[in-house]
Amino acid sequence: MSVTLRVNPIACTGHGMCAELLPEVVELDRWGYPVLVSPTVPRSLREHARRAVQACPTLALLIEEKAGKHR
Amino acid sequence: MSLDFHGPGLWYATRATGLVAMLLLTVSVLLGVITAGRFASGNWPRFLSQGLHRNISLLVLAFLALHVGTTVVDTYTSIPLAAAFVPLASAYKTAWLSLGAVALDLLLALVATSLVRKRLGYRAWRRVHWLAYACWPVAVTHGLGIGTDRSAMWVLVLSMACILAVLGTAVWRVITAVRLGPAR
Amino acid sequence: MPAARLPRLLAGIADAAGLREHERRYGPLPAPGEPGRAGSRSRRRSRRRRPERLIDVVEAAGLTGRGGAGFPAGRKMRSVAGRPGRKAIVANGAEGEPASRKDRLLLSRLPHLVLDGIALAAAAVGADEAYLCVHGTEDALLRRLDRAVAERQAAGLDPVPIQVTGIPARYVSSEQSSIVQYLNGGPGKPTFSPPRPHERGVNGKPTLVHNVETLAHLAMIARHGDRWFRRTGLPSAPGSMLVTVSGAVTRPGVYEIEMGTTAGEVIMLAGGPAERLQALLVGGYFGAWLPVEAAWRVPMTHAGLKAAGGALGAGIVIAFPAAACPIAETARVARYLAEESAGQCGPCRFGLPALAEALASLAFAGGRGGNADDITKLIPLVERRGACRHPDGAAQLGRSLFTAFPADVHRHRRQGACDGVRRPPLLPLPGDEEREWDWG
Repeated sequence: MSVTLRVNPIACTGHGMCAELLPEVVELDRWGYPVLVSPTVPRSLREHARRAVQACPTLALLIEEKAGKHR
Repeated sequence: MSLDFHGPGLWYATRATGLVAMLLLTVSVLLGVITAGRFASGNWPRFLSQGLHRNISLLVLAFLALHVGTTVVDTYTSIPLAAAFVPLASAYKTAWLSLGAVALDLLLALVATSLVRKRLGYRAWRRVHWLAYACWPVAVTHGLGIGTDRSAMWVLVLSMACILAVLGTAVWRVITAVRLGPAR
Repeated sequence: MPAARLPRLLAGIADAAGLREHERRYGPLPAPGEPGRAGSRSRRRSRRRRPERLIDVVEAAGLTGRGGAGFPAGRKMRSVAGRPGRKAIVANGAEGEPASRKDRLLLSRLPHLVLDGIALAAAAVGADEAYLCVHGTEDALLRRLDRAVAERQAAGLDPVPIQVTGIPARYVSSEQSSIVQYLNGGPGKPTFSPPRPHERGVNGKPTLVHNVETLAHLAMIARHGDRWFRRTGLPSAPGSMLVTVSGAVTRPGVYEIEMGTTAGEVIMLAGGPAERLQALLVGGYFGAWLPVEAAWRVPMTHAGLKAAGGALGAGIVIAFPAAACPIAETARVARYLAEESAGQCGPCRFGLPALAEALASLAFAGGRGGNADDITKLIPLVERRGACRHPDGAAQLGRSLFTAFPADVHRHRRQGACDGVRRPPLLPLPGDEEREWDWG
């Protein structure tokens, strides 16, 4: 299974909770908006990723969980 | 089949759970406001305000369940269960109790929409969540109006403290929103 | 069709713009389902009318979108046609790029070619709603198009009525998701995808959005077939295209060229350079700077320009003289692009003004305060971080500036502004009177 994250840049208002909860994958630029270091989430961080998606105040962080190894 | 529950124990339980619920609701509102206002410090990340806000809101519901339960079970006053949700359904202190029912209904709406936030979509959820600013003052008014011990100093002081805390935080929120600019 | 390969679209450019002149020059509107043959005005009631056969022909012809992205037109039509339910079609004639004039030319002088294309495409994909969008500020053009549509209605030509619609005259409002949102009653701002217009667009229907030039080509392909279309251009980039040439050339204007014509040949078509050139800006403000020696031999195709580090875009070629300052001009354009941001996405809303400021600092103040380095840091911060491609265009323009003019950048850094900054501005931008500040 592959897990990828994506930001809806229109919904995002730069709260920054995603970066607090998933700092290995999400960094904040100089204006407080998220930069995804890599779109795919390693297995060990998947629960944290789900929590970050849940926590986003504007539902701007999106997660896509695809079964199987390839897209 | 009526159980004869009555006596000061139940009444104190009702009063106590109500006060605790009001306190916790106040804390929840404060945490909600500082989350929206993006408060954060070195030791206090944003997700902490948000997480506590959520958990404490659920805790408020738990205390309200006890608050309503002890009220209904108490045979000293015959308040039906429906009065907890439907305004004007109780003969006893109709006006003040109705406020409690309204506050509870609003709170249930807030919690229910928050639980299905993803499916509801952000905009609809946000519009409903503004009702929090109606729920809290209605709840506090219910508490001040219905309490038979409102003359007890400490209850008054506690209520004033809650009101001041929320007012102060609301002012902070308005100031920071103006400073941060639109869409924030 | 005459033996000469060009002009094709522009064959009737000198005629009056009425329906009768159009039919005399290009032939009447082919009946749907009869591609490759000029149908007669009395609609042939063929036993098995299959309008969607046009899609096969368009695919075989290899027509690509002429609005800038260059996506295969037939594939787009097929993906819309293949979806269930009724569809919608939008002809995008808004032409947000300030340096482009080809769509305005087509719509004002050859409107029936475009309207033919809309009618044929609507029948091919099964659309029951059709829109032709231009900037709402273009009153004269809107009236002319209304007249053209009325002429066709009177002749019983378009079963699906074509609704001529004015959209906000903002740079990002001509992006396809902006148009769809506007037609759905919202502001003319880009939306997040999924869903894309071809999945769910106007009124929830799968929507085909095509540039008006693409539809004009489609109208010709419906008359003459795919093999005819492929007789010009290259096998990998067939057909002809319209280019808008401006800047330091003798005869700026819109020209029709075969795909694959080199940029240098395009400049010569426009009368050659008016003064010594140092670069070409190809693709408009969504394109890239190319030093003139390298650019001269680059073929005007999507692949060719991409290989040269640029983009074909909507066929804009601006001849840039040696005596002007590319950094100052880029700074001007960057400020315009920053002002035209929809402001919906943080990286664009904050990144583009920062980029514009850094470029202005480099152009006029010698990049003091490390702003020149800031430009290289800002570019990856704005690229691909918006809901639409608006910040990508600005980023590409900025990056190509550094690639094409390293010596100028270096000189500005060390010695400050060059003499070229004192020239009057060259790159076209809408004047304040033409700018719109509403989103509709």
